Amino acid sequence: MDAVITTVQSTLTRHQNEKRALIAILQDIQAEYNFLPREALEFVAKSLGVPLIDVIGVATFYRAFSLKPRGRHLVTVCLGTACHVRGGPKILSEFVKKLAISPGDTTKDKHFTLETVACLGCCAIGPVVVVDGNYYAHTTIRKVDSIVRKYAKKRVKK
Amino acid sequence: MIELKLNGLNVKAEEGWTLLETARFYGLEIPTLCYNEGLSVFGGCRLCLVEIGEGPKARLVSSCTYPAEEGLVVRTDTKRVIEARRMMIELMVSIAPNSKKIQDLASKFNVTQVRFKVRNEECVLCGLCVRMCAEQMDGRAIGFQNRGYKKKISTPFDLRSEECRQCGGCIYICPVCQLRCQGPEADTTLCNACLTMDPTCLDHYDELQCWMYDAGRCGTCVREK
Ligand code: SF4
Ligand code: SF4
Ligand code: FES
Ligand code: FES
Repeated sequence: MDAVITTVQSTLTRHQNEKRALIAILQDIQAEYNFLPREALEFVAKSLGVPLIDVIGVATFYRAFSLKPRGRHLVTVCLGTACHVRGGPKILSEFVKKLAISPGDTTKDKHFTLETVACLGCCAIGPVVVVDGNYYAHTTIRKVDSIVRKYAKKRVKK
Repeated sequence: MIELKLNGLNVKAEEGWTLLETARFYGLEIPTLCYNEGLSVFGGCRLCLVEIGEGPKARLVSSCTYPAEEGLVVRTDTKRVIEARRMMIELMVSIAPNSKKIQDLASKFNVTQVRFKVRNEECVLCGLCVRMCAEQMDGRAIGFQNRGYKKKISTPFDLRSEECRQCGGCIYICPVCQLRCQGPEADTTLCNACLTMDPTCLDHYDELQCWMYDAGRCGTCVREK
């Protein structure tokens, strides 16, 4: 676990131990580990002199952060109103079936994490699916299969 | 001194007063839930709503957070205010029907129906406990987590907090933990017993026989159904 502390320490130094950089610091840790490890959060709170509960408040408020380890690939299905009426829920249940996990969970082999979002701001191209920042427009159930297969092949890209 | 109009009266408020403080100074009762004199204001429960401005521009604001302003027209008992207040109470009953404080508010403001799914969540997210812990107990052990419908109050990682000194301040101030509504019909969502209670002793005497009715706890004489 000391490795985590060392990494977090260098992140903190990069941000000059500034309280107002809290979100940026958490983003860096999230990018490094794909989630926010508990000891990292505790260390950040202690070093910045911010109550731990406030760090947790921020870490749980934003969807970009996760307290649970996420998989290598993050699949986000839009369930906003526009995507909803265009079949978002069907796309989601197809992912649920294909990956055999429910939204918010990660596959056992830590390869995929499935999440939902309420509108990504690009309703015109709905239903929208985002995988690791790549947008898939006008998704259909058939496309789900090809998306899953594409990323199932891609192994570690650390 | 700030001069403003409160329910048609010209009144004066001190610099820095909120509308709630002004109204209370003049003896007007405005119900509150998330407000507490010893804590910072939060403005979350919306029970203290009042209407400001006139005509089509009139709008509802929470009086506990809105500062008294020069020339402001404030009305505390308009139809709109009363209806909004009832709606807030109705929502709160649906979330935490076990709270005596909330049931009492429902009785007092004549909330007679609950049209929402009862959730029994035991917390209305008023944030009193969080502020109590941080501001009066120097604790910072609990706080809000998540957001939207997943929002909750907890300690970091939902574990026993090292910062908590188990003073009980959070429980003391919580409108839900504090006192259970134990009205005779408490298994229905809306108790309203305090509102409709008819002391049985009055069937036999022409005055109340004990203090329990005034204390809001008439046992109506050890009711048996
Ligand atoms: S009991 Fe613990 S959590 Fe509650 S107010 Fe006291 S220190 Fe805070
Ligand atoms: S636990 Fe009680 S005091 Fe704290 S936010 Fe919930 S209702 Fe309010
Ligand atoms: S609803 Fe999916 S992008 Fe807006
Ligand atoms: S008392 Fe003003 S919003 Fe709760």
